[in-house]
Amino acid sequence: MAHVNDNIKAYKGFRSITLLCLVVLYAPLVIVTIYSFNASQSITNWEGISLRWYAEVFTGPESEKFKVAAFNSFTIAIIAATASTAIATLAATAMVRGGNFKLRTVSFGLISLPLMVPEIVTAVATLIFFNAIGFTRGYMTILVAHIAFCIPFAYLPISARMQGIEDSFEQAAMDLYATRRQAFTKILMPLMAPGIISGFLLAFIVSLDDFIITNFVKGAGVETLPTAIFGSVKQGIKPNIMAISTMLLSISIVMVTISYFVSKSDNTK
Amino acid sequence: MAAGAASGGSARADTYKDARGWLLLPSWAVLGIFVLGPVCMMLIYSFLTKEFRGGVIWEFSLAAYDQFFFDRGLFGDEPPTIEWTYITIFWRSIWQAGAATLLSLVIGFPTAYFIATRPENVRPVWVFLITIPYWVNLLIRTVSMKFLLRDQGPLNDFLIGTGLIDSPIHIVNTNFAVQLGLFYSYLPFMVLPVYAAVERYNFSLSEAAADLYASKWTTLRRIVLPAVKPGVVAGCILVFVPSMGSFLAPDLLGGAKNFMIGSLIEEQFKGNAGNWPFGAAASMILLTMVLIILMFSARQQAKADKAGG
Repeated sequence: MAHVNDNIKAYKGFRSITLLCLVVLYAPLVIVTIYSFNASQSITNWEGISLRWYAEVFTGPESEKFKVAAFNSFTIAIIAATASTAIATLAATAMVRGGNFKLRTVSFGLISLPLMVPEIVTAVATLIFFNAIGFTRGYMTILVAHIAFCIPFAYLPISARMQGIEDSFEQAAMDLYATRRQAFTKILMPLMAPGIISGFLLAFIVSLDDFIITNFVKGAGVETLPTAIFGSVKQGIKPNIMAISTMLLSISIVMVTISYFVSKSDNTK
Repeated sequence: MAAGAASGGSARADTYKDARGWLLLPSWAVLGIFVLGPVCMMLIYSFLTKEFRGGVIWEFSLAAYDQFFFDRGLFGDEPPTIEWTYITIFWRSIWQAGAATLLSLVIGFPTAYFIATRPENVRPVWVFLITIPYWVNLLIRTVSMKFLLRDQGPLNDFLIGTGLIDSPIHIVNTNFAVQLGLFYSYLPFMVLPVYAAVERYNFSLSEAAADLYASKWTTLRRIVLPAVKPGVVAGCILVFVPSMGSFLAPDLLGGAKNFMIGSLIEEQFKGNAGNWPFGAAASMILLTMVLIILMFSARQQAKADKAGG
């Protein structure tokens, strides 16, 4: 393509709109982060910097509730992300390295189903399902639901990565008498590592962040961090909620950043 | 598979041809049993009789759909008239989702275009900046938005402090707050497909238009927009669909007057006052609308692919 003059491409005002867009996206997060360090008892006045609300999260009257919720959230996220990543890796191998087959489109449709069905509908359906088979709602029902809806989030980066790796590496290994299993574990898996890691991290964040489906299938007494936060927020936004929110949003941002840099690294060269 | 190397990664390798059934089994099982199965179960529940403490009685009934569309008076013996309550809630959801989509398009299109015309090596950084907030917990983002916008919040403080306004603007609990919340929730879904389309756009066409004395805005309207239309349509659908069924933004930012489908459905399953078959029926109606939109867009996309050759 011939080089096109930048004057022809550029539109006046588009840069300002982009900057406005970034301000709108980040302002609420920055503001909440700032106010989580507020020394004041009220959320409106600013009285200087302090860590009291962070201390409150760990030692205050609600700390026990948040500790249990955090334990549930993180164990569910780790197990769900691990399981869905494993399932997604197998599925991607079949879809990308399995030649052409009839059920390909159907399989892809099934894998992306959780992305197409509105979340509230999935939530209602899952609740009804567990009710119909007589399964008591609690930790297990949350875990199973999370494994299911995390699969597409793990699948997309993994299959994208696999499509980018020529199968000549595995073919070469197998020409040199490696078994297919060896070619898979010694050649394909290491090359796939960036895709698998970023798939795992995205599934982890999606599980950690989920509110709607969890809220429907959790049953009485079992809370995750988002449902515990939602319960607190219904009585008004309190400073300790801002401290928890800041910690959670930092975790998400750190993990997405890792995922971004890992998926960018190219180890096929 | 000697051809594999020559044609690069695009060739469909078939190393695992014989094992693909086993490889696909776990995903089929988990998604079939815990997503597709439940949706079918929900369809059945929408045709059952409601039990008063939540749950259902296994007896066929059209009561849920009847309640949604028809009003038969207090004792159910009057001639049916159209029941507007729920249709209004659906209509409001469509309207709100549409307004949020428009807002996302107006802000998202210039943003995507701007990013796509940056030097190639910095584009991923811009895209990354736009997507980071999406990965932050939706609940936290919505709560943060409410904190920022409320009457005594930092935004109003700032505006009063600068002397632009005398008394706080009421934003929370208005339609606009919900639209802003939805925009905030799903903006990357607009930016990413539009960005991908603009990146593929051949800017020589714009140059040709300029050579033929088209003004810049005419070029944008008549040349760029038609060329990137599939991306714009995809972006609109990706924002519209989740907005319609959203729960958090209307619940936290909208208040009782701005009730949307998500809240209507949620209420049916809360505590003993709910009506499970009715909630299932409302979910089915929402799902049907979404599937129609997705099918329509898939056909449009197929048509565009064909036309594009």
